[in-house]
Amino acid sequence: MSNRRPRRAAVTGIGVIAPNGLRSDAYWKSVREGLTVLDLIGREGCGHLPLRVAGEVRSFDPAALIEDRFLVQTDRFSHFAMAAAALALDDAGLGGEPAEPFSVGVVTAAGSGGGEFGQRELQKLWGQGSKFVGPYQSIAWFYAASTGQISIRGGLKGPCGVVASDEAGGLDSLAHASRAVQRGTEVMVVGAAEAPLAPYSMVCQLGYPELSTLDDPDRAYRPFTEKACGFVPAEGGALLVVEDEERARERGVPVRATVAGHAATFTGASRWAESREGLARAIRGALDEADCAPEEIDVVFADAMGVMEADHAEALAIADVFGGRGTRVPVTAPKTGIGRAYCAAPVLDTVAAVLAMEHGLIPPTPNVFDICHDLDLVMSQARPAELRTALVLSRGLMGSNAALVVRRGDESAR
Amino acid sequence: MTRRVAVTGIGVVAPGGIGATAFWDLLAAGRTATRGITLFDPAGLRSRIAAECDFDPYEHGLDAELCRHADRYIQFAVVAAGEAVRDSGLDTAAVDPWRTAVSLGSAVGGTTRLESDYVRVSEHGRRWDVDHRKAEPKLHLAFSPSTLASVVAEQFDARGPVQTVSTGCTSGLDAVGYAFHTIAEGRADVCIAGASDSPISPITMACFDAIKATSPNNDDPEHASRPFDAHRDGFVMGEGAAVLVLEEYEHARARGAEIHCEISGYATYGNAYHMTGLTSEGLEMARAIDTTLEQARIDPTLIDYVNAHGSGTRQNDRHETAAVKRSLGAHAHDTPMSSIKSMVGHSLGAIGAIEVVACVLALKHQVVPPTANYETPDPECDLDYVPRTARPRTLTNVLSVGSGFGGFQSAVLLTGTGGRTR
Repeated sequence: MSNRRPRRAAVTGIGVIAPNGLRSDAYWKSVREGLTVLDLIGREGCGHLPLRVAGEVRSFDPAALIEDRFLVQTDRFSHFAMAAAALALDDAGLGGEPAEPFSVGVVTAAGSGGGEFGQRELQKLWGQGSKFVGPYQSIAWFYAASTGQISIRGGLKGPCGVVASDEAGGLDSLAHASRAVQRGTEVMVVGAAEAPLAPYSMVCQLGYPELSTLDDPDRAYRPFTEKACGFVPAEGGALLVVEDEERARERGVPVRATVAGHAATFTGASRWAESREGLARAIRGALDEADCAPEEIDVVFADAMGVMEADHAEALAIADVFGGRGTRVPVTAPKTGIGRAYCAAPVLDTVAAVLAMEHGLIPPTPNVFDICHDLDLVMSQARPAELRTALVLSRGLMGSNAALVVRRGDESAR
Repeated sequence: MTRRVAVTGIGVVAPGGIGATAFWDLLAAGRTATRGITLFDPAGLRSRIAAECDFDPYEHGLDAELCRHADRYIQFAVVAAGEAVRDSGLDTAAVDPWRTAVSLGSAVGGTTRLESDYVRVSEHGRRWDVDHRKAEPKLHLAFSPSTLASVVAEQFDARGPVQTVSTGCTSGLDAVGYAFHTIAEGRADVCIAGASDSPISPITMACFDAIKATSPNNDDPEHASRPFDAHRDGFVMGEGAAVLVLEEYEHARARGAEIHCEISGYATYGNAYHMTGLTSEGLEMARAIDTTLEQARIDPTLIDYVNAHGSGTRQNDRHETAAVKRSLGAHAHDTPMSSIKSMVGHSLGAIGAIEVVACVLALKHQVVPPTANYETPDPECDLDYVPRTARPRTLTNVLSVGSGFGGFQSAVLLTGTGGRTR
């Protein structure tokens, strides 16, 4: 190992369970076309709440994808995560138990836990009594549930971790996985899936000052416009397989992208003006780690909070890093078509970035037509472009800022 | 890039002892802090005992906002972090905030407050379509697990990578481990690292009742936490927090800081076996120990003390005993291994950090804390568990191990000053 170059984390598998598509091809088709699936929330017990619009995963049948013994002991967020992990492993040609279990680890980010399962058990406890609380509450509600279940279901004994975080944690999880690969683990299953649309979970989110409470799906989440009125939450997520690039090439699977650099900073919950410097520093840190000049970035996947002050800070952070090119580097935010699935939002963006590079096409920002910031935001329809390197940005409601640089698979072979 | 990682500050909020001095007094005396639950009325539960903190946030100088609105586990963390930062002598105004990180763990986060608000909005569990008008205005702070690291980062003006780690009962070890990586690999020079949990609530007690993981020894709570003892009958719930200031070694040296010890290795693996079950072989925990020692280039025979997970369930105690024997070989029988959960209970995600702080103090005092209540040996557990009485011993390399729901198996190695060969 001493005479080889530093290990690099390659993306070789993608699994998506998103409001606008199950599996990565369906997700990409919707993203590319700028389809918006935001809608009034239809889940039981939610109709009376002032949070009206969200991105729901509606066509997902967990029983078709996950064995009963796992279904009964897990919340919806883990159903999404387990299904997405299996899709990603299959996509990477790594279905079935690994020959060397310690060589495959799991890292997920989690920002909301097993809320629906937890609410059911709380209802049993307080409505009926403590003896009615089921045996799986202790393993379904907590943030570590998805990592644990993915590890058990797949027989994966490598380094296992959980970043319980705000949105930016989704990018942090990808960095965790890449670093585990750099330290010597062969393969990591990584990403996030969330299910924050149970009634009590929604009540909890009402405190976020950035939450959009508009009841018009076409207007509820319009970042970078003068009509920005907050963000719309979503459920679902994505898991990826990242592995040592050389190993991937040796076993002959396509290297779809490499995770080239990451950095994270903190500037305080809801202090959006200060996030300008935090985000700019995160971007510079990620570029440094990737050994990448700002000019090499072909597209930026924006955080797009949908709050005027936050959008302004993001536009300025991009200008701070890219200088005069800040107004010309293409920026997009496909999440306006599906909402923000908390930690899963930047993971879905990373998937979109990988697919965009593969297809040479920058997906548009649905529902956004008239922006009030000095950005080249891709709107209306997808834009063809040669994309070698993408930058994914994320900020969290509790104050984290993160940036991730991903390069197209064939670019990293240089 | 691999840089050395020093421990320059510690702080702890533990049952029976708030502050490192009181905490160490409890451990060194082998006293137990387990008792009948007072934080809520536990009538009807199978396990009605816990190790509680006698904690008044107003006594610790927290600002009014934190005293009134922050969850108990957040208050614990802020107090423990304050003590750790004071202990480190670090002038947070003089260090680069962008090079200061936070890595804090919690297994169940804000569930205690989530539950108390739930009771109101659901009218005591009567409604699925809960009434949002009855909720507290800042309930999102209990909902978001990242509130923990966020609040602490704001208190100490940390602007580097800030993360909350939640790997069940290894959260504390893993948060320290992530911090170790963050500094060793150059992403920060200082990291406020640790964990906090306040899980003594009806829902958390009930969910462990449901799987009979907790001790039903309600008549004798002081002696209910009995790791490795043949008559153990489950763990005793605890609460608390511990925080360390970790610092790049030369950064600490340059400012003349007192270095307590170093974090010299960390590893974690999944057992891919069962969410709550453990094998009797301990293969995955042994792997975590082996990897940790390899990183630190420390031979297993140089381990002077193992701070056990020692929860006091039969499967844990067997599993862990097997793991340590697998990794340390014959040396396992010459190595004291104790569980402080016998005294301070099992505070889920927090305990790993509390145990790391116990290891820092063990190195400082050159004393191994005991396993309280250990009286009757279990033929399946045949190591030296340091029964009841603390033991003076020359300590250089100290290992802390943990297991968590979800299958997590983690190990952290601490090395006393002067103990490194390189």
